[in-house]
Amino acid sequence: MVKRRSEPLLWLLFSAGGVMAAIFLPVLVFLFGLAIPLGWLPEPSRERVLGVLGHPLVALVLLGVCALALFHWAQRFRYTLFDGLKLKAHQGVINRTVYTLAVVGSVAALAVLWQAVAARAG
Amino acid sequence: MSTRGDAAYQGPGSQPRTYRRPVSILWWLHKRSYAFFVLRELSAVFVAWAVVLVLLLVRAVALGEAEYRGFLDWAGTPWVVVLDVVTLAFLVLHAVTWFNLTPAAMVVRVGSRRLPPAAVAGGAYAAWVVVSALVAWLVMR
Repeated sequence: MVKRRSEPLLWLLFSAGGVMAAIFLPVLVFLFGLAIPLGWLPEPSRERVLGVLGHPLVALVLLGVCALALFHWAQRFRYTLFDGLKLKAHQGVINRTVYTLAVVGSVAALAVLWQAVAARAG
Repeated sequence: MSTRGDAAYQGPGSQPRTYRRPVSILWWLHKRSYAFFVLRELSAVFVAWAVVLVLLLVRAVALGEAEYRGFLDWAGTPWVVVLDVVTLAFLVLHAVTWFNLTPAAMVVRVGSRRLPPAAVAGGAYAAWVVVSALVAWLVMR
């Protein structure tokens, strides 16, 4: 079970992630998931996109967005499993699984964004 | 010992033995407000997918021209497009419900006066518009 002490922190991460996901993710999915692949907007060159995403400041913001959004997911998803699917009896396993995934995802985000910063730098 | 005026209360540490009607696993389909609640909770799954999508893009762009091309071609395939349309719908649901709840979660004071809830929600929507425009401008300019 997630220790009671960590609950306030997890709720804080949930809230911060909720804000980040709401503000940043719709435009990113719209641009790179739909508008650009489907040709609604002219395709930006790789240099252009790398220039933006690989900028250290942008990468830092994106790292925050990705990590916090993943912790937001973990909190909401475990409650979906507890309440929606009535799996409260398994909360120990569920908590460990979702937060492990959130941490692994955040580390992956760090690695990938680092790659982009390095690629932009030369 | 009936300190709470409750016939089932049997002292500290004991579980009241009340009958619990078994709840169906589809309990949330019985009422529209319940279904909406579960849809809102499910938005988190699409938040996670959006993060994966962004990281796949960042990785492709970091690796090279061919990988970037490959990402855009993959993102244009029908199943991914369908997934991303659904994702965008859930993200907007998340954003709207989140911003509408912001005034309830956050009391903003200017001096000693409390900012009206509508202004707090309005500020959140304004931030959404500004950030979206900024991101689009950075990428497309």
